[in-house]
Amino acid sequence: MTRVLIVGAGPAGIRAAETCVKAGLHPVVVDEAKQAGGQIYRRPSIETNYGAKGRYGSEAAKAVALHRCFDQMVAKGQLTHLPHSSVTSIGQNNAQILTDDGIQCLRFERLILATGAGDRLLPIPGWQSAGVFSLGAMQIALKTQEAALGRRLVLAGTGPLLTLVAAQLIKAGADVLAVLDTAPMRQQLKGAWAMAMARPIVTLRGGYLRSVIGRRYHAGVNTLSIKTNKRGPTHLHWHDHKGQQHQTPCDAVGLGWHLMADTQLADLVGAQFEWSPEWSQWLPTIDKVGRIGKGVYLAGDGTRILGADAAECAGHIAASACLADMSLSPELNKRVLRRYARMRRFASGLATAFQLPQDLMKQLPGDTVVCRCEGVTVNDITKAAQRVGIEINRVKSQCRVGMGRCQGRYCQFAASQVLAGIGQTAPREVGRLRAQPPIRPVPISAVLNSECVKEQP
Amino acid sequence: MTGRLHRLTSTTRASVDFFFDGQPMQGLQGDTILMAVLSQTGALRQAEFGPEQRAGFCLMGACQDCWVWQEEGQRLRACSTEIRAGMRLRSTAGDGWLT
Repeated sequence: MTRVLIVGAGPAGIRAAETCVKAGLHPVVVDEAKQAGGQIYRRPSIETNYGAKGRYGSEAAKAVALHRCFDQMVAKGQLTHLPHSSVTSIGQNNAQILTDDGIQCLRFERLILATGAGDRLLPIPGWQSAGVFSLGAMQIALKTQEAALGRRLVLAGTGPLLTLVAAQLIKAGADVLAVLDTAPMRQQLKGAWAMAMARPIVTLRGGYLRSVIGRRYHAGVNTLSIKTNKRGPTHLHWHDHKGQQHQTPCDAVGLGWHLMADTQLADLVGAQFEWSPEWSQWLPTIDKVGRIGKGVYLAGDGTRILGADAAECAGHIAASACLADMSLSPELNKRVLRRYARMRRFASGLATAFQLPQDLMKQLPGDTVVCRCEGVTVNDITKAAQRVGIEINRVKSQCRVGMGRCQGRYCQFAASQVLAGIGQTAPREVGRLRAQPPIRPVPISAVLNSECVKEQP
Repeated sequence: MTGRLHRLTSTTRASVDFFFDGQPMQGLQGDTILMAVLSQTGALRQAEFGPEQRAGFCLMGACQDCWVWQEEGQRLRACSTEIRAGMRLRSTAGDGWLT
């Protein structure tokens, strides 16, 4: 039987798996979590107080349906699930997978990547300190452990997650002192129109979440900086939209500027990339069903940040394309295509509403840490660019920005903004940080103990 | 030093004893290592390239900020590894951990 490898078990990966199983295939699904669901529908390791309704709110029914769909396929032996496992390298129809029992090499004929997205971070002074987390981290702590990552929280950034996480934390009883959105209200209203046209109920729900946050919410803020002591944050300094300075006491800060597609595996299998002005990031070039060619398909937030509902559609669509290419007849649901188009219009509105702040990066002091992994500062990047120019891969080789533990996930975006500023050009002119395997750190012992790695010429 | 973590619900989960840098600590069953440690103290480790402490960042296994080591040598991601009773963890790698 043709082996289909699916990477990621979030909404896109689960629906892709379901589509393959319905066609009689037995896909292999690799996922980093212990239980399928992805980040948005992440499950706690033990049954906790909240239950699905408390954990996922209005999306509880969708989460439960997805979990059940996946668990049933596993129970019936219709797919092979490799949980708590990372694809660390991929190429020539062969994937290297780091599991709890060492490295496995897996041959496949077709590949569906549903790698999702992560928080997009901009550096602000002090963000390297303990007690500063991504917004996603704040949500994960709440959903899976029913905990806040501090006693007095300030959240800052922009995007739908900022509003959502803030409202969820407040409802759960956490003390959120301020929610600071860098997107000006005027800009948000522009996007809200398109959002409301595409998905009125979801847009209204966003409005309701804002009402939960109430007066803690401030739009159009800038000049953020975190004051810290040895233990962590003590205050967040910020300017409101009128230019007035504020300082909010806190012991934890959550940061995030919408999301960034996780495209490293797509890069390793040879996807082409184009700079998307709409999303302010490099995105893989796909056809309208997610094909990139050579039996590889992309689905979900790893291609465009369209959200969980769209990811379910995209998983189904990409897997259907995969089946069609294998001359199996998929039952592609036309309604899914229409629904997907609507999700795209909504996401487009979101992108307009929550654009990146243009000024924040320009205000950064030279000693601001850009790369949290290795403490590379704005000044270090500037000096490197003076030596080798602004191309980001060359700058990386000079000052190690993008070379640390996270492999550039949380600094590449900021680094390109800094470099674009130095060159007085657009971020696309700086180039794109090339993915290098292994895309997750692999212990040397795992490689030494792996027969399949040794076998390779 | 008090813990960074603020549990928002009361829980009946059993407690789990473990050691972190030689100190006896207590987490709850079902906690990740990160949660268990941060429920007792403020940080997971000292940064290697700066004066600050670190306490994890993304909690989804992407940033690798939360590495800790078992005394036997194995490296773990604190955010995605469950705490087990009797674990002896340390914030820095032991000698020769590369092998």
